Amino acid sequence: MKRRDFVGLTGLAAGALFLPSLPGFGHTPVDPARLLEPGADVIIKKRLADAALNAAKTAGADYADVRIGRSLNQYVFTREKQVQNIVSTESYGVGIRVLVQGCWGFASTSVVTEANLAATAREAVSIAKANKLVMKEPVQLAAQTGYGEVSWKTPIQQSAFEVPIKQKVDLLLAANAAALDAGANYINSALFQVNEQKYFASTDGSYIDQDVHRLWPTFSATAVDTKSGKFRSREALSAPVGLGFEYLTPNAAEQVRGPQGTDTVGYKLRYDMLADAALAGKQAKAKLSMKSVTPGKYDLVLDPGHLGLTIHESVGHPTELDRVLGYEANYAGTSFATLEWKAKNLPYGSKAVNIVADKLQPGSVGNVGYDDEGVKTREWDLIKEGKLVNYQKIRDQAHIVGQKESDGCAYAQSWEDVQFQRMPNVSLRPGTAKMSPDEMVKGVDKGIYIAGAGSFSIDQQRFNFQFGGQLFFAIEKGKITEPLEDVAYQSNTQEFWGACAGSCDQSDYRLFGTFFDGKGQPAQVSSVSHGSATTRFNGVNVINTARKVG
Amino acid sequence: MAILSKDEAQTLLKKVLSYSTADECEASLRGRTSGNIRYARNSVSTAGSQNSVSLAVESRFGKRSGIATCNEFDETTLRRCVQRAEEIAHLAPESPEYVALLGPQTYLSPPSTATTLLTAITRAQAAADSMTLCAAKNLTAAGFLDGGTSFVAKRNSKGLEAYQQSTNTDFSVTVRTADGRGSGYAIADVTDPAKLNAKALTQRAADKALSSVNAKAIEPGKYTVILEPAALMAGDDLSLLGGMIFGMGAREADEGRSFLSKKGGGNRKGEKLFDERITIYSDPMNAEAPGNAFDGDGLPTKRQTWIEKGVVKDLFYTRFWAEKSKLPATAFPNGFIMAGGTQSTTELIKGTAKGILVTRLWYIREVDPQTLLYTGLTRDGTFYIENGVIKFPIKNLRFNESPIIMLNNIEAIGRPQRLAGCMVPPLKIRDFTFTSLSDAI
Repeated sequence: MKRRDFVGLTGLAAGALFLPSLPGFGHTPVDPARLLEPGADVIIKKRLADAALNAAKTAGADYADVRIGRSLNQYVFTREKQVQNIVSTESYGVGIRVLVQGCWGFASTSVVTEANLAATAREAVSIAKANKLVMKEPVQLAAQTGYGEVSWKTPIQQSAFEVPIKQKVDLLLAANAAALDAGANYINSALFQVNEQKYFASTDGSYIDQDVHRLWPTFSATAVDTKSGKFRSREALSAPVGLGFEYLTPNAAEQVRGPQGTDTVGYKLRYDMLADAALAGKQAKAKLSMKSVTPGKYDLVLDPGHLGLTIHESVGHPTELDRVLGYEANYAGTSFATLEWKAKNLPYGSKAVNIVADKLQPGSVGNVGYDDEGVKTREWDLIKEGKLVNYQKIRDQAHIVGQKESDGCAYAQSWEDVQFQRMPNVSLRPGTAKMSPDEMVKGVDKGIYIAGAGSFSIDQQRFNFQFGGQLFFAIEKGKITEPLEDVAYQSNTQEFWGACAGSCDQSDYRLFGTFFDGKGQPAQVSSVSHGSATTRFNGVNVINTARKVG
Repeated sequence: MAILSKDEAQTLLKKVLSYSTADECEASLRGRTSGNIRYARNSVSTAGSQNSVSLAVESRFGKRSGIATCNEFDETTLRRCVQRAEEIAHLAPESPEYVALLGPQTYLSPPSTATTLLTAITRAQAAADSMTLCAAKNLTAAGFLDGGTSFVAKRNSKGLEAYQQSTNTDFSVTVRTADGRGSGYAIADVTDPAKLNAKALTQRAADKALSSVNAKAIEPGKYTVILEPAALMAGDDLSLLGGMIFGMGAREADEGRSFLSKKGGGNRKGEKLFDERITIYSDPMNAEAPGNAFDGDGLPTKRQTWIEKGVVKDLFYTRFWAEKSKLPATAFPNGFIMAGGTQSTTELIKGTAKGILVTRLWYIREVDPQTLLYTGLTRDGTFYIENGVIKFPIKNLRFNESPIIMLNNIEAIGRPQRLAGCMVPPLKIRDFTFTSLSDAI
C-alpha cells in the first residue's frame, strides 16, 4: 500500500474513505458465506508445494520455499446513520522463492495446479539466473532445521467472520449514534477483519500450516462549529489486535482509567466501542474551545495508546537491520543506529529503557507461530538498560552481524509478494516498581499528559521527530488542571529516550498497533503491535501547531 | 492475456452483460503487465514481474448494489461472477446515496502509449549502469525501476462503453557516499521508457551526494527556499501540493470539515486564496503527462481548472454530491498541472540573494486539517544559496508549513517538469518555516 493510502485510511478523515485497491486487503470480493468455507486440505497443499519444490530443485535451485496463501478479508464502513460499504474478499495463490548460486528469484501465480506451480518455480529459477549477471555478493542463508508437518492458529474465541454482518453493522451504527448524541456532527467508523491462511513449505523440510486472525474496529468523530468555521476530530482509542470478535465484548477488568481529571479510558484486550464513541463525541466538541498550549519545555506523561507510535518510529524502524545496512535507502530510509554506532556502545536511552522484540504476545497483531521463511517465532532484547544490544533480522541477514540464526520476522503481505524483513512487535517493558498513572502525574511539576496517537513524522535516519496526539491535559504541581489543544512535541530519538524517567507497572501495560506499516518497493504493508505502560519523559520541547490562514 | 485490445475487452464485457438479470449492470476489466528491479548497496535485491487481469461486475436492483470479481474468463466463471454480484445485491441494504449508472459518454483519447517497453534484460542493464557509475566513484546506489502497460475497459446496461490503454515507467535512485556523509536523489516517471535516462539521473543523484558532504548547521527559522518538484509532489506519499489538491473535495468543504469550508457554511469556491500567479488544472491531453480518459465512475475527464490566478475555481464533486448540490459532477483526475514560467532551477538559484535549495521533502504528515499545516523534513541534498550560487551544503531541517500560506508567499515559479504523473514547477518561496534541525543524512 502506498503511504498516502495509509494516511487516508488510518486518519479516516473526511473524504478519505476511498475504498478500492487496498493491496493486502483487496482481491476478489466474495459472498460473506465464502469466508466460512475451509481452504484446501493440508494433504493437497503439501502435494502442491512438493511439486513446486521438486521443480525448483530440478531446475537448479539450492534452496526453495513455497507459500500457498488464502487471504480472507471483510471490511465494513459506515458514516453517521448509514452503511457506506461492506466488502468481503478472497485471494488465493502461491509465491515461490528460490536461491540459485547465491541469487534470489521470485515468481507468483494464482493458477494453483501442480503443473503450473512447477512452471512458476522454473520461472523463479530463470529470474534468479538473470539476476546473477549483476550479482556482487552471494546470499548467505542462515541454516534452518525443518520442522516437519506442524500447524499454528491465533488463539481466538470467536472468528469475526462467523458473526452475522447485521450484528457488526448494528454495532458500528450504535457507536455512530453514541458519538452524534454526545456532540459530534460527523462520524466515520470501520471494522477491518483479516484471516490469513498460510501454508509454508521449504526444501529444509518444513510444512507449516497457519491460521492467522486480526481485527480492528475504529472510528473518527468530528465536531464542527459552523459559525466560527472551526472543526476538530477525535479518533478511536482502540487498537488493531490479534484477537477474534471477543475483542468487542466490553470487560471492566480490561480497562484502565487515565489520571484523575482526564476523563480518559484506555483498553487492554477488550474494547468498549460504544463508551469510547460517546466519549469521543463529547471530547471532539470540547476540543473546539480548549485552551491553546503555550510552547516550551514540559515533562510528558504518555499513555500507551500514544507512546506505541513513538516507539514504532523511533525504535522499531531504526533497529531494522535492512534499513541499517542500506537496503531501504531509496524509500523508507536508513538508520542512525548503524553497526559502527552500535560498536561505540553509546546510550540509546536512559537506564529505564528496556525494549524487547517479539512475535509471541497474545492479542498482538504480530503474533504468529512461524514467520514467512519457516522460522519459529521468538522474543529477544533490542535495548537493555538504555543500550542497543541487537537488531531485527532474517535468514539472509544473520551472518552480517555474526549471528547464526534468524529472529523469525520475515513477512510478505500476500502470496504474490516476496517476503522480507518486517518489524516484529517492539515493546517497552513496564516498570518493575508499583506505579499507577495517577501516582506518576503526582510527581510532575509542569507537564502534559497525552493520550491517543495523532500526527507523526520522523526523518529518514530516525533522529528528529514530531508527534501530535488525540487528547492533551496540562499537569501543574502534580495535578491535571485543564485540557489543551494544538500540542505537538519535537525531539530526537536519543535525547527523548535519554529523558525517559520510568514507566508505570505491568497492570497499566497495553498494546498500540497498526495494520499498515509500509516498507519496500513495490511497497508492502504489515501489521505490528507496540506494548508499553504509561511512561514519563522529562523536559521535552512542545510546540504550538495553531496557524491562521486566509 | 493481461492486456486486451479494445475489441477483445468489449466483446468479453458484452458477453458478461448478456448474463445479467439485474435492473442495472456495469462490468469493468482492468489489466496490467509490468516488471521491476530493485537494487541497494550496489547489488540487485529483488526483481519480479506481475501479470494480472480482473473483471468486476456491479449488479443493481433498485437502490441495492452488489459487486463481484473474477480473474478467469471461461463461460462458467463469468456466469457465476454475474450471479454472485446479483446475490450480493439482493442481500445489501438500500443505498441512500444511490445514483443511476451513466449512459453513453464521449471520451478524449489521451496520448498515452509507448511502442517499446523495458524487458527483464533492459531493466537489469539500466540497474547495472546506475550501479557501475556509482561503484566507480566509491558511491552506493539504491534504486527502483518499475514499468509496464495497463488497460481499463468499462461497459454497462445503459450503453456506456469505455476503453483506455496506457504505459508508464518510474525510476528513482538515492546515491550515498561510502562514509554515509552525503546523500543525493533523483526521480523521473515517463510514458515512453525511451525517454528515461537512468544513467543521467544517477549522475545527478551522485553529484548531489558528493556535494552534500560536510553539511553545516544553520539556525531553524523562516527562510527563502527553492523547492524542486520532488519537494512539492510525490507519487508514494503525502506531498505539499498533492495533499492540498487531492483534498479539494466539495462534500467535506460543504460539511464544514475542510480547509475549503466557509465560515457560516458552504465552501470557498470563487474566493482568492492564493497568490495570483497560482493556476492549477487537469488536462488528460497533456503531451508530457497524459491523464485518464475517464474516472472510476466512467465520467469523462477534460481540461478542468481548479485554481485560476489564485482563485478557487472548482472543487471535486462526486456524482452523488453534485446531484445534491445541483451542480455538475467533476471527474476525479489522476494528475494535475501547475502552470509555471520558463526558468530552470539553476536560473532560480541565480536570482536568489540568500536562500535554501531543497531537493526533496520527506515524511510529510498533516498536523492540522483546518489550516492544512503539514510537517516533514528535507532530505538527500539541502544547500545554502548566497548571491546566486550554492555556497555550501546544510544539515536537514524539519518544517511546519501550510501549502496555503506557502502559495501566498511566492517569489518565482519555474518551468514545470513531470513528476508522479503531474506537471510541477520548482517554486521559490519566502518565509518558509523550518522549526528544528535534523542530524539525518
